[in-house]
Amino acid sequence: MTASEKYVAAAYAFVFVVVLLYVLIIATKLARLEREVAELTELARERRVAEPERKAVAVG
Amino acid sequence: MTRALRQQRLPILAVVACALMAAAIASIAYVAPVDANQGLSQKIFYFHVPIALTAYAFFAWGAWKALRVLWKRDEAADLESYVAIHQGVIFGVLTLVTGSIWAKISWGVWWAWSSNQLVLFLVLFLFYAAYFMLRYSVDPGPQRANLCAVYALFGVALIPVSFLAIRLANDFIHPTVFTSNGPQMSGRMFFAFCVSWAAMLALAASLYRVELAGKRLDSRLRELREVLAR
Repeated sequence: MTASEKYVAAAYAFVFVVVLLYVLIIATKLARLEREVAELTELARERRVAEPERKAVAVG
Repeated sequence: MTRALRQQRLPILAVVACALMAAAIASIAYVAPVDANQGLSQKIFYFHVPIALTAYAFFAWGAWKALRVLWKRDEAADLESYVAIHQGVIFGVLTLVTGSIWAKISWGVWWAWSSNQLVLFLVLFLFYAAYFMLRYSVDPGPQRANLCAVYALFGVALIPVSFLAIRLANDFIHPTVFTSNGPQMSGRMFFAFCVSWAAMLALAASLYRVELAGKRLDSRLRELREVLAR
């Protein structure tokens, strides 16, 4: 492999690695958001159970 | 556009970006001939220039969204401007590094301070890198949105200066491919360049949409958490 080929490969590899790293960061963030959604769903469910049953009232 | 199609916009964009990227790599490897003067190192051009043009496009998009913040009081545009500038800075890093690698092969040095285009691009990059210091030093709200919008609009003035620097200052170090006489390359080279640029724009648009969706979701979840905490 010539020096020129090595440099060209390095340039393309760098772009590829940065894009891959970006996807990895986004994937980590997505996992965190998923966890947060699960936590909030659980919180909403707990509040619903804790709330007293509402009485049905005739309207009109 | 139907709602279902609008919801599928991001996956479609990602598929288009992947297909174009494969086409770009194939055309760089098999369609574009090896340059007679520079040899194989010229192949860096097919990624380096589209990446630089995409960075400019992101900074311009960020400035347009910043203008909407100030002009239309569009709150959503603040986040869009921020994401565009963030992407622009990432593409700026890629431009600087790929350009530096090319410079090492062609000029024998990683950086040339005597090249106006290089220095002006670095100034533009550092200007937008400082945007994040400003953004995170002010509490979220309309004041931060206005300050960031004004900053992003100031930066956009550097884009034409950076782009035209090579022509304005008669910089003979950095090669000029696009002149008033058109692109100074063969038809097959120009084809590979166009495919690469389209691929880079599609990739950039996909990354922009993904990041924006993530940020919007993050902010909605924060709101929901506040509502549930009451």
